[in-house]
Amino acid sequence: MDKKHPPTGSTMVEKILAARAGQEKVKPGELVNVTVDLALGNDVTAPVAIKEFSRFALDQVFDPDKIVLVPDHFTPNKDIASAEQAMVVRRFAEKYSINNYFEIGRMGIEHALLPEQGLVWPGAVIIGADSHTCTYGALGAFATGVGSTDLAAAMATGEAWFKVPPTLQFIFSGTLPEWVSGKDLILHTIGQIGVDGARYKAMEFTGPVIDNLSMDGRLTMCNMAIEAGGKCGYVQPDGITFQYLEGRVTKLYQSVYSDSDVEYEKVFHFDISNLEPQIAFPPSPDNVRPVSEAGNIKIDQVVIGSCTNGRIEDLRIAARVLQNKKVHPRVRLIVFPATQHIYRQAIEEGLISIFVEAEAAISTPTCGPCLGGHMGILARGEKALSTTNRNFVGRMGHPESEVYLCNPAVAAASAVVGRIVHPREVV
Amino acid sequence: MILEGRIWIFGDNIDTDAIIAARYLNTSEPQELAAHLMEDIHPEFPGLVEPGDIIVAGQNFGCGSSREHAPLAIKGAGISCVIARSFARIFYRNAINIGLPILECPDDLSMLQEGRDRLQVDLDEGKITAPGSGLVYRAIPFPPFMQELIGRGGLIEYVKSRLQK
Repeated sequence: MDKKHPPTGSTMVEKILAARAGQEKVKPGELVNVTVDLALGNDVTAPVAIKEFSRFALDQVFDPDKIVLVPDHFTPNKDIASAEQAMVVRRFAEKYSINNYFEIGRMGIEHALLPEQGLVWPGAVIIGADSHTCTYGALGAFATGVGSTDLAAAMATGEAWFKVPPTLQFIFSGTLPEWVSGKDLILHTIGQIGVDGARYKAMEFTGPVIDNLSMDGRLTMCNMAIEAGGKCGYVQPDGITFQYLEGRVTKLYQSVYSDSDVEYEKVFHFDISNLEPQIAFPPSPDNVRPVSEAGNIKIDQVVIGSCTNGRIEDLRIAARVLQNKKVHPRVRLIVFPATQHIYRQAIEEGLISIFVEAEAAISTPTCGPCLGGHMGILARGEKALSTTNRNFVGRMGHPESEVYLCNPAVAAASAVVGRIVHPREVV
Repeated sequence: MILEGRIWIFGDNIDTDAIIAARYLNTSEPQELAAHLMEDIHPEFPGLVEPGDIIVAGQNFGCGSSREHAPLAIKGAGISCVIARSFARIFYRNAINIGLPILECPDDLSMLQEGRDRLQVDLDEGKITAPGSGLVYRAIPFPPFMQELIGRGGLIEYVKSRLQK
């Protein structure tokens, strides 16, 4: 690097935050107050936010069209207490005329739903009282998870404060091998840098592999930035982004790009031409090894779905593996299309038939099993292989149960064999 | 403000699922949440913890989910302060926002022993003292904006004061 002329450029995130803070430029570490385009809550986090919001004694929110409420965690309600939480959210939406309230039957898991509904665009600032809000960086937005009190404050003011994050750049080169997907790229990344490797930082995903990666794959990658501790993950807008946005986003937006002379905190180069499907062993998403080194792990349950891997591309690849096969008699396979729209698409494409013929259980969209809420809780000593995002102690049920994370092809193939395998053992 | 209490030691990367498992998120009452604090990694903890106790943890405390129920459960159990080598960012925000005292202390606290040591914490000075051994540790000071948030008792009160202007 030229010491006399240090880079003066800004990253995509720095530019978005500077614009919203009304400044020409911001630097990592600086605290800024910014306006938000969307503030999101779900049936677990919004009730706490609504309680805090009531302390302002306001008869309106800052902008009813910029608040999104999605009851997706414990819905369809799993018990009386969660039904009452969902009712709190529903009544708040009615009282404050929140149009972007998505009831079951019309909804989806929030982070699959918002991009699909055209509520995310390049350059947007989005906060959500859910850690996986970072998903929307796949569309060139600045999006990050916050808590319920932050959501309450944003519902009142339309603003949030942030420390400008330093940025890590991840350059993926080579050719994506068969059966390897965005999930494997992000698991590999987390395995390399650890669960706090990007703590407080922005993660910029780039390089020829990302240039050719589908939007569903990019959403999966950005979704799991939080699993490395990241404040946000993002891919800069390109042709794939604009194609995805066509017909979804009608408002005018301005795409923002990192300058070429940016001082990244660190740059990582990953050549992935020989990357195998990755498995994160319990109890941490950074406990990653290639599937060939998984050993003989017998599984009791397989989950395909979630905000990480419940999109149409995920279901297509799972169906490709499961076509004319049966789930192993000892294994329970549960498939969760991430939104109602994806569910219908999967019916129209014949994917649901393939799953039913394979003897999988199909569920309406819900976060349920991913966080050990409902719809697939594990007993003591059971092992699950899952396309979800976390494998902490007790994440999917009993504290002595285990969760292994993988991509949808590995999940489908392993459901057939009854132990963790590479998809080519089945197809 | 000066706090003093018994300590409970936890390791690195204590996630919010460990602090409060999702199966308890159908309530947000701090007392109900406190009854299950750290249950999955330390089953006896909810019965042992007493008001005024201090949690001492390693790196990346509170990683994972954004659930504000995690600091609410800690506060509900009467924990007076959480000291960690570092905090996950959403947990850090949440703790400041709801007025749970936290201190980021990069010093090596591995000399401390659960069941033996107590700590005295000066929240304003960021000074942590072990009265038994006399060892003194320093926490990283909060930036002025966050000091104001803490001083006003959390984000809601801070925003209220701004809305009134």
